[in-house]
Amino acid sequence: MAFINLKNKVIQVKIVYYGPGRGGKTTNLEYIHRRFQDRIHAEMVTVKTHGDRTLFFDFLPFDIGLIHGYQIKVQLYTVPGQPKYNATRKLVLRGVDGIVFVADSMAVCRESNVQSLKNLQENLAAYRKSLVSVPWVLQYNKIDLAEQGIPVLSVEQLERDLNRGFGRPAFPASALKGVNVAATLKKIISLAVTSIRDELM
Amino acid sequence: MSYTLDQRQLDRIEDILKADLVDNGVRCVFLIDMAGNIITNLDNGEKQHDIYSLAALAAGNFGAVSAMAKIIGENEFSLLFHKGKKENIHFNKISSEFLLITIFGNEISLGFLRMKVAESVEQLKEVLEPLVPGAGG
Repeated sequence: MAFINLKNKVIQVKIVYYGPGRGGKTTNLEYIHRRFQDRIHAEMVTVKTHGDRTLFFDFLPFDIGLIHGYQIKVQLYTVPGQPKYNATRKLVLRGVDGIVFVADSMAVCRESNVQSLKNLQENLAAYRKSLVSVPWVLQYNKIDLAEQGIPVLSVEQLERDLNRGFGRPAFPASALKGVNVAATLKKIISLAVTSIRDELM
Repeated sequence: MSYTLDQRQLDRIEDILKADLVDNGVRCVFLIDMAGNIITNLDNGEKQHDIYSLAALAAGNFGAVSAMAKIIGENEFSLLFHKGKKENIHFNKISSEFLLITIFGNEISLGFLRMKVAESVEQLKEVLEPLVPGAGG
């Protein structure tokens, strides 16, 4: 639910990184924070457990400049990926304008990716939203692990499992090394802003 | 779904918050939506906070407490109060979509603050309720 301030000409856009536990959602935000230090003046906020896993969410706000005379303030959130934290995952989705689904390319994560996407659909339904109505993109993370001999799913397999019937933009990526992290972010911001514009026109 | 506030509406909101809260000694007040967006914020000029992070955490905190309320059979807890040594935070729900947060020192009593917040909330509802369909009450 984007908020548009006509007085100060500011639009606030909420982007949520969703996906299975240990898939790299927080790593995406950490990379963005490092890479765009000149634009991000705030500290990244994280609510973690002692075991360094996301408990509630990570939060990173930044400005992307002017679009049609409006200053766009993007607020990036992650959700906790572990199945037991569904109540907090659902809270973070409230008012979402765009979603990045971060899938884990490791072969052993095939089922947890599918379960997490299903869980996303269920949680969106609670807000009367769906993967058809909300702008979203996919990121197939950890592709670099193949170089270390760890079995990873092919992009074709991931597309069949997660993107069949949706045809959303998808990015093979390495959040740790920064491969396609910025491209994923740019795409979802562009889709979210276009969707808000279309809604208002 | 997106929503918009124009200059007149935002000026009205700021007038309410200034007259009822900032002029009565509240250090900082901000109006946010439940998604964590900041609608407006005012302060007495003494301290600058990272308001975007504060708003995201406040919305999450309020959402978590509301979910706890439902588990124990309450419909909601409409207000929350966190007490510190020097600074205190008070949260008051305005409608299902909006939340008013005030930061204040020990020189203001909680009772007085609650009365002033309640007065503001009634006036804010008139401005905010037409904005988001189904957000009233």
